[in-house]
Amino acid sequence: MSAGEEVLTGVSVVPLSLRGPAPVRVVAGFGFWLFLLSDIIIFAALFAAYAVLSGSTAGGPSAAELFDKRHVFLETLCLLASSVTCGFGTLAVYRSDARALLLWMGMTFLLGVCFLTMEGREFASMVAAGAGPSHSAFLSAFFTLVGTHGLHVSLGLLWLIVMLLQVTTLGFRPMVARRFFCFGLFWHALDIVWIGVFTIVYLGAK
Amino acid sequence: MWGRLSWGAIPFDQPIVMGTCATIGVVLLSLFILITAKRGWPYLWREWITSVDHKRIGVMYMILGLVMLVRGFSDAIMMRTQLALAAGHAQGYLPPEHYDQIFSAHGTIMIFFVAMPFVIGLMNFVLPLQLGVRDVAFPVLNSVSFWLTAAGVLLVNLSLFVGEFARTGWLAYPPLSELAYSPGVGVDYYLWSLQLSGLGTLLSGINLATTILKLRAPGMGYSRMPVFCWTALASNMLIVAAFPVLTATFAMLLLDRYCGFHFFTNDLGGNPMMYVNLIWIWGHPEVYILILPAFGVFSEVVATFSGKPLFGYRSMVLATMVICGLSFMVWLHHFFTMGAGADVNAFFGVMTMIIAVPTGVKVFNWLFTLYAGRVQFTAPIYWTIGFIVTFVIGGMTGVLMAIPPADFVLHNSLFLVAHFHNVAIGGVVFGAMAGYTYWFPKAFGFKLHERLGKAVFWCWFVGFYLAFMPLYALGLMGATRRMQHYPDTHWQPLMLVALAGAVVILLGIGLTAVQLAVSIRQRHANRDRTGDPWNARTLEWSIPSPPPAWNFTHIPSVERIDAYWHMKEEGVARRALAVSFVDLHLPRNTPVGFFVAFFVVILGFALIWRIYWLAAVGLVGAVTVALVQSWRTDREIRVPAEAVAAFERAHAAPVPHDAPGGELNALEAADDRSRVRVASGARS
Repeated sequence: MSAGEEVLTGVSVVPLSLRGPAPVRVVAGFGFWLFLLSDIIIFAALFAAYAVLSGSTAGGPSAAELFDKRHVFLETLCLLASSVTCGFGTLAVYRSDARALLLWMGMTFLLGVCFLTMEGREFASMVAAGAGPSHSAFLSAFFTLVGTHGLHVSLGLLWLIVMLLQVTTLGFRPMVARRFFCFGLFWHALDIVWIGVFTIVYLGAK
Repeated sequence: MWGRLSWGAIPFDQPIVMGTCATIGVVLLSLFILITAKRGWPYLWREWITSVDHKRIGVMYMILGLVMLVRGFSDAIMMRTQLALAAGHAQGYLPPEHYDQIFSAHGTIMIFFVAMPFVIGLMNFVLPLQLGVRDVAFPVLNSVSFWLTAAGVLLVNLSLFVGEFARTGWLAYPPLSELAYSPGVGVDYYLWSLQLSGLGTLLSGINLATTILKLRAPGMGYSRMPVFCWTALASNMLIVAAFPVLTATFAMLLLDRYCGFHFFTNDLGGNPMMYVNLIWIWGHPEVYILILPAFGVFSEVVATFSGKPLFGYRSMVLATMVICGLSFMVWLHHFFTMGAGADVNAFFGVMTMIIAVPTGVKVFNWLFTLYAGRVQFTAPIYWTIGFIVTFVIGGMTGVLMAIPPADFVLHNSLFLVAHFHNVAIGGVVFGAMAGYTYWFPKAFGFKLHERLGKAVFWCWFVGFYLAFMPLYALGLMGATRRMQHYPDTHWQPLMLVALAGAVVILLGIGLTAVQLAVSIRQRHANRDRTGDPWNARTLEWSIPSPPPAWNFTHIPSVERIDAYWHMKEEGVARRALAVSFVDLHLPRNTPVGFFVAFFVVILGFALIWRIYWLAAVGLVGAVTVALVQSWRTDREIRVPAEAVAAFERAHAAPVPHDAPGGELNALEAADDRSRVRVASGARS
């Protein structure tokens, strides 16, 4: 962009890196992105452990024998749908529309609960069948990887409750909106991790 | 009700431990009485414990590091004494199970609770000042990070009085660290204290990386950032990328120990070597997390005291980022003996040697900065030159061990111990001491005693060579690390030399305390009223010492590298009395970090002793504190314009140097033209 264009369009040609401290909204979002990256690295370590140990069944059941792909597919649909509703909820925050927010985030919450219930049933049936996490290294890695994701979803649901309470008590002030934005990032990141879990753990089961 | 905790957990039968406990108890009690008598608690609470000011938090990190240095060094000198005695038929004074705890505690404490607090403390204090901003990105989170680290420190020290510490070395390799072979609470103390402090470090890394990338004064593009900011950026990016691996690895070992999982066990498919791989995927970057900021300190020091710009700024930045990237590709050189095969070992050996190239670039840059400079031989320059010599030796022994066949011989020998102390002391400790001496006047407004500072340097420098050069030789003679006793009495003379070296270092640590005390007593004579005692180059020296809570009354505008030097040349340096002042808004102090740490200590202690109801109390408490904080809306305080103006008036007129220190004054007198006051006004 030339100097003349700057005059015409009113857009500053000062590069972003020279403009001085970024606004709070940008800083908070960026910091949360870094946190998410670090969280994804935790999952990377757990994925690596699963890859190393997935064949170490110690004579116990293997992945192909244990997983019900139809069940997991429905579970996946719940979580992916919850990401869509969460996206609409975030748009409602931008409009400061409390009723739409409650509707969409309520749906997000319910879909999250569905996901967790289905995951809990899967875990319970495996433990009941004698395939608990202390049975083999493969099962330890499976329960830890999938369980850590489930733990994140549970924490996300608690966070969502807190955020809905904050909206009702504090209103749509910038602080609350920023946190909702971060919650959205968190929730979508869990979807991405789950796609990895679904592909590598369940579809990759041999 | 109390899990595994009972009165038997307190080692009443071990006189060494009980003596230490009594000493620490007396020291803490006297401190408590002293502070109470001086009515210091409200001050400490208001100004330090609840502070969210990055400068205060940085200072607290440094104090934590210094205190833990004493603890870690006590372990070191006990080990050296034991090895000086325990030759041939003599068994020394430390039984194996106590000796094993001591070397495990020594390594753990020195890396996590000495080196890390030093480095993070320096970054905390310096970064916002060099970047020309008022605070870090997340000030309250910064306080939480510090107190989480302090919580880890408390748990590690608690293991001395209640229970035991790990006997598994500083990285707790399984299967030894599994429940089957370490059934006691030692490994649990290790794991939980490092999980808590590791979380603090991760949050700190996110905070500081965000600060560098998103909060810089206008005009400070990436090619104008001081080199210390660059090295800190690399270090914090490594923290964000590496510490989660540590958290995940420890979590897997905890699941093995607490829930009967089989990640790293000998049976049911577990794979102990996976732990070793994972821990070093964190561990090797950790080495650079510590050393890169030290490189940054030396770069600042060498440019300032040579009176010229750093030689090869761009190559320095490039070398830093290359090291940052390569640090993730060398982890396997810590265990060539695993048996990964010739190809894998050769790859990691070559990658390791390649890291020596950017490091060599840095060494030449420092040398060329010194070359033809008007070098002032101050204590920080002593540390820098001592570092260059020592670190090159340590680097060369490192490259030597990067050759897999050579490493098969030297693996787990005292040669290795000598190598990593060579780079850790010669690099990180010297860097921390250089930074401490260099930025001390900025933090407190007076210089440290110069001659005592040089004495401290000579003690560390001579002591290091005496203590560790014999270990190279002993390693080549076949002495292994972590041995409590050796049959070959021919090793004893070199062991005695090493003990003598440790005593000289002890003298250095003692003199550090003396230097601090003397400097505080003589603070009026060593007062720095200019804010720029070293005639330095970067923005932190453009403001008064100690800086006000808001750092910069007017956010500076940066036009090139070495921004403050440029301002001095242009005659637009600080203390320009602006015509108008505005109200400033600062983050309000909060005890949230302290309270979170309080509950988290309860959580950690309860988990270590398996008192699960108490663990729930700790967890609920910490979460409640965080929730209460999240509802607060009065997060800022207003500093009225009158207060800002009053501060500026009080610090407006630069006082000519009245401090002793001959050669410095002469140089600064020549620079007087740069102190012309010009009403540059608010550039922000």
